[in-house]
Amino acid sequence: MSLSYQTPEFIVERNRERCIDCQVCVRQCANKVHSFDEEEQKVVSDDSKCVDCQRCVCMCPTRALTIRRNPLEFRENANWTPQAIKDIYKQAETGGILLTGMGNDRPYPIYWDHILLNASQGTNPSIDPLREPMELKTLLGRKPEALKIENGRLAEKLPPQLELEIPIMFSAMSFGSISLNACESMARAAAELGIMCNTGEGGLHRKLRRYGKNTIVQVASGRFGVDADYLQTGAAVEIKIGQGAKPGIGGHLPGEKVGGEVSQTRMIPMGADAISPAPHHDIYSIEDLRQLIYSLKEATNYEKPVSVKIAAVHNAAAICSGIARAGADIIAIDGYRGGTGAAPTRIRDNVGIPVELALAAVDSRLRDEGIRSQVSLVCGGSIRNSADIIKAIALGADAVYIASSALIAMGCHMCQKCYTGKCNWGIATQDPDLTKRLNPDIAAKRLVNLLSAWSHEMKEMLGGMGINAIESLRGNRLMLRGIGLNGRELDVLGIKAAGE
Amino acid sequence: METSEIDMKRKRIYAREEYCVGCRLCEIHCITAHSRYKDDIVKAFKKSAPRPLPRIIVEESKPVSFGLQCRHCEEPECVKSCITGAMQKDPETGIVKNDETRCIGCWTCILACPYGVIRRDSRGKKIASKCDFCLEDGGEPACVKNCPNEAIYIADAGKPIKSGEAEEPGETNQSGGSVEYEESGLREKGCEAR
Repeated sequence: MSLSYQTPEFIVERNRERCIDCQVCVRQCANKVHSFDEEEQKVVSDDSKCVDCQRCVCMCPTRALTIRRNPLEFRENANWTPQAIKDIYKQAETGGILLTGMGNDRPYPIYWDHILLNASQGTNPSIDPLREPMELKTLLGRKPEALKIENGRLAEKLPPQLELEIPIMFSAMSFGSISLNACESMARAAAELGIMCNTGEGGLHRKLRRYGKNTIVQVASGRFGVDADYLQTGAAVEIKIGQGAKPGIGGHLPGEKVGGEVSQTRMIPMGADAISPAPHHDIYSIEDLRQLIYSLKEATNYEKPVSVKIAAVHNAAAICSGIARAGADIIAIDGYRGGTGAAPTRIRDNVGIPVELALAAVDSRLRDEGIRSQVSLVCGGSIRNSADIIKAIALGADAVYIASSALIAMGCHMCQKCYTGKCNWGIATQDPDLTKRLNPDIAAKRLVNLLSAWSHEMKEMLGGMGINAIESLRGNRLMLRGIGLNGRELDVLGIKAAGE
Repeated sequence: METSEIDMKRKRIYAREEYCVGCRLCEIHCITAHSRYKDDIVKAFKKSAPRPLPRIIVEESKPVSFGLQCRHCEEPECVKSCITGAMQKDPETGIVKNDETRCIGCWTCILACPYGVIRRDSRGKKIASKCDFCLEDGGEPACVKNCPNEAIYIADAGKPIKSGEAEEPGETNQSGGSVEYEESGLREKGCEAR
């Protein structure tokens, strides 16, 4: 074996004053960073294997561990950054595509952080959500052009609607890419919160069918786990065209992750690679998409809304106009910062556009064409906090999808190594030693806590703007102002500059 | 406090093997709780030599693991077998305790215990070391308090709480784990690995 030019990314610092050599770190690291040296009778660490997931740091009973970035520097070069050099070493060594996990981590502008919210001052009263009712309930689905009312009642049945207590849903993450305990935690939290949890493309495990009322079942290009019962169990069906982290790219769940349960749920042989083709092979045009939308509506007796999820790409507005006309009830737009269990690094970091811009463009386009009420818009791809949600809704979203935030709430430390299957937090793994680390009792509680906290914050922000129902904020871009943005960006976002 | 006494009477420690991560923090905190430095793990490990034995033992055959300590049996074999009367079951709380001043270290209880949770403590005067439910520290066992994944918990004697995943009838078994887990084939895989 020739010399490897790869150097450790992180340094594990062990405070020998505090370390008691109890070996908790040894037992908890799936990457085998820590080991017990029998001869020296002490725990030692191999920095080169550390991915900075911080499992050992959190578990250490004496807080003896810290992880630092390896300070090793290359000669300063603004063009050949350390990352650029290291990537070349890696590829020269392996000959492979660079893989990564989670969302785009490049320093592109984050438009949420360039948008500011309004508040009432004097000319109209702000509202205290602790004293007055504040409505966050959201209905997703096609809305009728006009309501016909007879004898004080609706004369015509509304198209099928998804009812959400808060305008937040857990985005698609398949069983296979994440553990069953992680899926169960989100399903339980969704049921408790009165929201939806998306299965992703991995089918719905039999144990989770009881949460069907709070489940959106996804139909992706691999069609894993799709049968009549699956479609009937969910509250809505989502056709996945694309994913923000890897637009235009399919998926590949390696055979070693396809154990008994995953195989049964996906309806594929054990140990077989689960390959999702890049396109749906029956969708080569909007007309084909319309056929699938109506096939699914037919299969579910027109009782469930059908959603279409696309990655935010350059022509998102025109594409979404087509999707709305193809009969979708909900369109989900996934921005380029959206997460993934595995994606080629170059795709993740270079393909797609920010969801803020795509959302604004789509909402404007659908309004201009007079078809905005035919679909609900769901925005995903790195919603980090309640303020992002309020801004998304004011830009035109009906609800948001969260996934990375949900994983972080369950313990994810964003080490971006999901694709290795060695997630020390029991999330992105199928290893029974690791999956049991995620106790759904604890994780579901943490998710409920997070979204309850966000609900309170959203109510406070709405109250500050003098609004008492989230419905009054939808597409209300006058509540937004841009800061540090150029004229073109403000135009695309459809908002004024701060001070205007 | 009358209520807490009544509660103590009925409480036992249970394990949820499906969420035990095998970290052995329970053992570490048990050692600390029974050392001279109850609030300082570092000192408990570095200064109390010889170090106390853990009174909870993590049984492990990957991926299955669970913390095991004295079951405080209804009819304890150790109490029956004790030749000096050191091992006693408290009629009030049902907790089995070893009166270390009377224990002579004959190890008969160790032979009799069907769970293997009594250990020889050879530090100083040799005695039998076993779980005391951390009664001296207010009865909240250190293992329960410090389990990072809630895989050890206190519940009424004979009534382990149901696992949250086993809400439907017929899915629970006596130990509180779910039948689903056994069906999932994880057990089988574990057996193969052995």
